[in-house]
Amino acid sequence: MSLLFAILFYAATLLFVVGLFQRIRTYANTPAPLKIPTTPAPITTGGVVLRMTREVVFFESLFKANLWTWAMSIMFHGSLLLVALRHLRYFTDPVWGWVAMIQPFGTYAGFTMLAGLGGLWARRLFVERIRYISTLSDHLMLVLLMGIAASGLMMKFITHTDVVAVKGFFLGWLHLSIQPLPAEAILAFHLLSVVALLAIFPFSKLLHAPGIFFSPTRNQTDNPREKRHLSAWAAKMESEN
Amino acid sequence: MADVAAPAYRIIPIIPALKPGAMEGKGPFVANEKINEALGFPGKMAENWQETHDAVIAKMGELLGKYRSLKVYMDACVHCGACSDKCHYFIGTQDPKNMPVARQDLMRSVYRRYFTLPGKLFPALVGARDLTREVLDEWYNYFNQCSECRRCSVFCPYGIDTAEVTMAAREILDSVGYGQKYSNEIIGKVHKIGNNLGLPAPALIDTLEGLEEDVKDATGIDVRFPIDVKGAEVLLITPSADFFAEPHIDSLIGYAKVFHATGTSWTLSSMSSEAGNFGMFIGNYDQLRTIAMRIRQAALELGVKRIVVGECGHAWRVAYSFWNTLTGVGDGADANDRFAQMLQKQLDHRYKQPAHICEFTWDMIQDERLSFDKSKNDKHIITFHDSCNVARGSRMGDFAGGQFEIPRNIIKAVANNYVEMRDGTTREQTFCCGGGGGLLTDDLMDLRVKGALPRMEVLQQVVDGHGVNFMATICAICKAQFTKVMPIYGFDRRMVGGVHQLVSNAIILGDK
Repeated sequence: MSLLFAILFYAATLLFVVGLFQRIRTYANTPAPLKIPTTPAPITTGGVVLRMTREVVFFESLFKANLWTWAMSIMFHGSLLLVALRHLRYFTDPVWGWVAMIQPFGTYAGFTMLAGLGGLWARRLFVERIRYISTLSDHLMLVLLMGIAASGLMMKFITHTDVVAVKGFFLGWLHLSIQPLPAEAILAFHLLSVVALLAIFPFSKLLHAPGIFFSPTRNQTDNPREKRHLSAWAAKMESEN
Repeated sequence: MADVAAPAYRIIPIIPALKPGAMEGKGPFVANEKINEALGFPGKMAENWQETHDAVIAKMGELLGKYRSLKVYMDACVHCGACSDKCHYFIGTQDPKNMPVARQDLMRSVYRRYFTLPGKLFPALVGARDLTREVLDEWYNYFNQCSECRRCSVFCPYGIDTAEVTMAAREILDSVGYGQKYSNEIIGKVHKIGNNLGLPAPALIDTLEGLEEDVKDATGIDVRFPIDVKGAEVLLITPSADFFAEPHIDSLIGYAKVFHATGTSWTLSSMSSEAGNFGMFIGNYDQLRTIAMRIRQAALELGVKRIVVGECGHAWRVAYSFWNTLTGVGDGADANDRFAQMLQKQLDHRYKQPAHICEFTWDMIQDERLSFDKSKNDKHIITFHDSCNVARGSRMGDFAGGQFEIPRNIIKAVANNYVEMRDGTTREQTFCCGGGGGLLTDDLMDLRVKGALPRMEVLQQVVDGHGVNFMATICAICKAQFTKVMPIYGFDRRMVGGVHQLVSNAIILGDK
């Protein structure tokens, strides 16, 4: 089982990194022929950085759109970040000071993560128009994330997995040396779900994470009168004149 | 017209219940062969469906490679629903396919099927669909129920802009001979005659002479409406509705009075007598560019120093955001960019190029080169409707949000009674009039009336609460749409007018 999981994690990580890199390269290489920022837009590059930061950190536009969705998404994403950072302790030896410090916060973030996801899913199930726009994969992705959070919390508070062994496995995994992984159903479920999440990331709506940085309505400077903006394919039309 | 009724006002801001299929149908009139071929599109759809199917997928692939917006927006949507209650057409029609996310998914479902791995492997899981004739008909119907107003893009956490998706859909439809009659016919007219309304030069000159007489009768002053004057300082490009439609023409008179009172030499161009650019509505870069090139040509031939754009919403978006890219009207071209430099060397860069007429007038007011008798507007209690393409697609002045402040500042400088409509329905969150984006056609009257609902509800509030009797706006489509739709909601059509109509009322001409 240890070998199987090690291979799965190598494969999923490869898929995640290569897939994501390839996708980002496509976005970066696709021209943006016209200036289309949604105004009122920043008129300087510094302003754009600030706008993008507000979007990525505080979900500014979503805040304007719907307070409930905003609250649940912030709760989910913020918790996910804390939880993920907390898990760094399984990959570092000795554990970095700040990672040790956030352990309790990361633990309780598991609950808020589950609550946020639950709220988002309830919205999908019970709000008519959100149900209308949901696909099967939208539901499944929430279920997958909730499964990850729930199984993680169970190992922490109910079944108590041998975390020392888990850490041994992942430290070994980092150095291409396969160490034994505790044979527990719940741990296997947790890890398999994470493998699935890594694998689908570059092929799914999870691409919203890199996508936002390439969204012309948000990342463009509003200066079309001051600076000529011309893409390569559009410039060719001028030489034909 | 008789069978079109206004929907009942909601208790704001209640989100309507879904009525699936409410706006299912054939969509607007389809453009005929002659209209399509004049623009270089196939005259009609191929008899053989497979041929159309393959052409649609190929065109979609091409656009995905040419537009980063489309590419990113097809991938990034998480179906969060932030946009789902933001579209005026959804609010007015209750058809769930008019929710921006659902409208986009009409295309996204096809994108997933042909361009993504999960869509190829597990279509049902991710909501991917084969492209069928029915799907294409659905595109035609619902992508012609979007005014490209971009209100949804304000609220989307990733800035996904339905206008970009609508434009791509319409470009694909046009590329297989399935274009919309109204937009394509108008584009044909601008190519052939020089403006969207098909006013030939002699008729235009005649109209302007008539206007000079009218203004002389009304004021006793010789205000000129010059056309094709070489060496004039300012070239005015305005929507052709300004030349004859009510209330548009009152704003044209306003511009002329501002130029007169400030002693600015100006001219119109008979060859390029149109600011509107329906090339944007059909998402076609070539058409957009060809139409814009007329302005470059006129500016070069007349040798003007400044280019000023009249009251037109999408025209100002095209002028402000795209003219520099398309034609070089603007500043900041590379030294080796000969195409743009040719024009940019001629223009006077102490001023913004191009400028909006409101920027021009506001600058003159600040320089104290205009004076007003504000009491002339005392019969009006005024509110301002932000036009969608100005509010969310362009700017005025030197600061972010100038497009909101400058028109309001002008109104307050020329009139005493000004009231703001409810927050959340103005500025970048403004509602579209319901007639933009190439939908200002009688065959879409039902949609237009329903799309105006949110604006009408909020207008009713300031009418009831503050006695508002004039809604100023700076868009020819808003003016045309509101004058037609507002009577159906029980308002007087004369409630709508331009900002420069108010300027015209109050301006003091004389010898200054």
